[in-house]
Amino acid sequence: MSTRVYKGHPGPGIKVTGEALVASDNFSARYDLDLVKGIVSRPAHKLAGQSYVGKILILNIAKGGVASAWMLRDMVQSGRTPKALILNFANPIMAQGAAFADLPLIDRFDVDITQAIKSGESVTVDPVAGTLTVGG
Amino acid sequence: MKLDDHQTAMLAGAEGPARKYAMEQILKVGRFFDAENCVPVSQVHLMADPEALGPSGVDFLEGLAKLPLAERRVRVPAITDPRGVDFNAYKRLGQTETMADLERRATAAFEALGFMMTNTCINYQSVIPPVLGEHIAFGDTGSSIYANSVLGARTNFEGGPSALAAALTGYTPRYGYHLDSYRRGKTHFEVTTRPRDLAEWGALGGLVGRAMRSYWEVPVLSGVEGPVTSDEIKQFGAALASFGSTPLFHMIGITPEAPDLKAVFDGPVPAATSLGRADIDRLMASYRPKDDKLDVVVFAAPQLSLFEMRTLADHLDGRTINKGVTLIATTSPDIKAAADRMGITASIEGAGGMVLSGVCFYQMYARDIGEANGWKRLMSNSAKLVNILGGYGYEPILDSMSACVESAIAGRIVGASS
Repeated sequence: MSTRVYKGHPGPGIKVTGEALVASDNFSARYDLDLVKGIVSRPAHKLAGQSYVGKILILNIAKGGVASAWMLRDMVQSGRTPKALILNFANPIMAQGAAFADLPLIDRFDVDITQAIKSGESVTVDPVAGTLTVGG
Repeated sequence: MKLDDHQTAMLAGAEGPARKYAMEQILKVGRFFDAENCVPVSQVHLMADPEALGPSGVDFLEGLAKLPLAERRVRVPAITDPRGVDFNAYKRLGQTETMADLERRATAAFEALGFMMTNTCINYQSVIPPVLGEHIAFGDTGSSIYANSVLGARTNFEGGPSALAAALTGYTPRYGYHLDSYRRGKTHFEVTTRPRDLAEWGALGGLVGRAMRSYWEVPVLSGVEGPVTSDEIKQFGAALASFGSTPLFHMIGITPEAPDLKAVFDGPVPAATSLGRADIDRLMASYRPKDDKLDVVVFAAPQLSLFEMRTLADHLDGRTINKGVTLIATTSPDIKAAADRMGITASIEGAGGMVLSGVCFYQMYARDIGEANGWKRLMSNSAKLVNILGGYGYEPILDSMSACVESAIAGRIVGASS
């Protein structure tokens, strides 16, 4: 099985492996998620109704309000959390929230990461190196 | 990222664990965005409603609040965004004692840290507006985009943990919108119509926000017929920042860094995307429901200015809101006090409306209070609110303040555009 490695910008958090949950939609914790049920709740979101808990959540751009900066840590501490957040482009809110939560976060890949990885693939996230490794 | 001696000492814990946490947060975020160093900030605006904080966030704050005074007090003037509970109204709204308790604990912790509890997202209208070139750390997308764009101050979106770090140290990482190079125009829109009311200003902001591909894309609008009022550009910016993720726009001839197109773009001026009447109408129509059922009318997001409160009171004075509809207006504690003194609150409440102080609708457990009160169909003149509440189980409708009020009185959705 061939290994694919994607290089992005290093971010906070530790190395984790998990199953990818991918969409080309954007991301806001406050606007898009039901934090109690652990599902994507925004009706227009492609992942609406799906659980993000324990997944490597891969989406396009961080959007929306500032609440995500607090919410990521509460998600991590409650256990209803993705294992890592992977975006084409994070914004400061996601970076601040991931830093506060120690949630693994990588962004700024040289490819569209939402097209490069498929839901269900096993992905290893190394935030210190800034890499995503699929297979291998 | 380079730190000076004082920052290095704080990072090492020489001034206690609160400032150590703060420098760690600054360093992690600064490295993520390749900041060269820190920039001193003159004021901090912190968003930390109890729903966003959650129990773990409140525990964290209480840990800091227990430290000795010298280790926990903020270093620059620090103020707060809307809270999640108005203690004069929470029972009537169906908020729980658990929510109220979390709110009490968070407020006590912030007071112990030396925060001034302004509880407002319109601090640029009602507290201290920053000035051109001033480096600040603002923590609400609406207050940030107004400060950056309309006032020419310099901030990134500083989410709670980072705004807190800025308050505890007096610094923030120097990246993004603190730097000249990031404040240049990226995308050009030509506006061919003038929004007719605040809802349409929000719709225009929503259209621009939807087109933004990242935090770093600075939209430039030409063709806007001035003059523009503070409330109009507030609605525009708040919607832009909500539909998108962008903390700065330039409006040619109106905002201070944009005297003309050449001044905001590096190199040739890019071709413009046209935004006109049909685009605004289409965005507003996208929220129009199939029938005229109505549960709740909300004026919030951003909190209402004194002028908006006056206009709302004039619409409602001497009239009666339908028993089947709840009408809510949210404003800051300072504006509420003024509205009380001027008879504005009496006009709104006399018609059966609720004036909430120090809260904003989407930051006060909107999903829970919707379920508790059976609210689904919600009408507002705030494009920002309508955008947010789609993810909270509501069916939101965007229309003018006048249409919202007439609908509240009729008990069903009516109005010029229905």
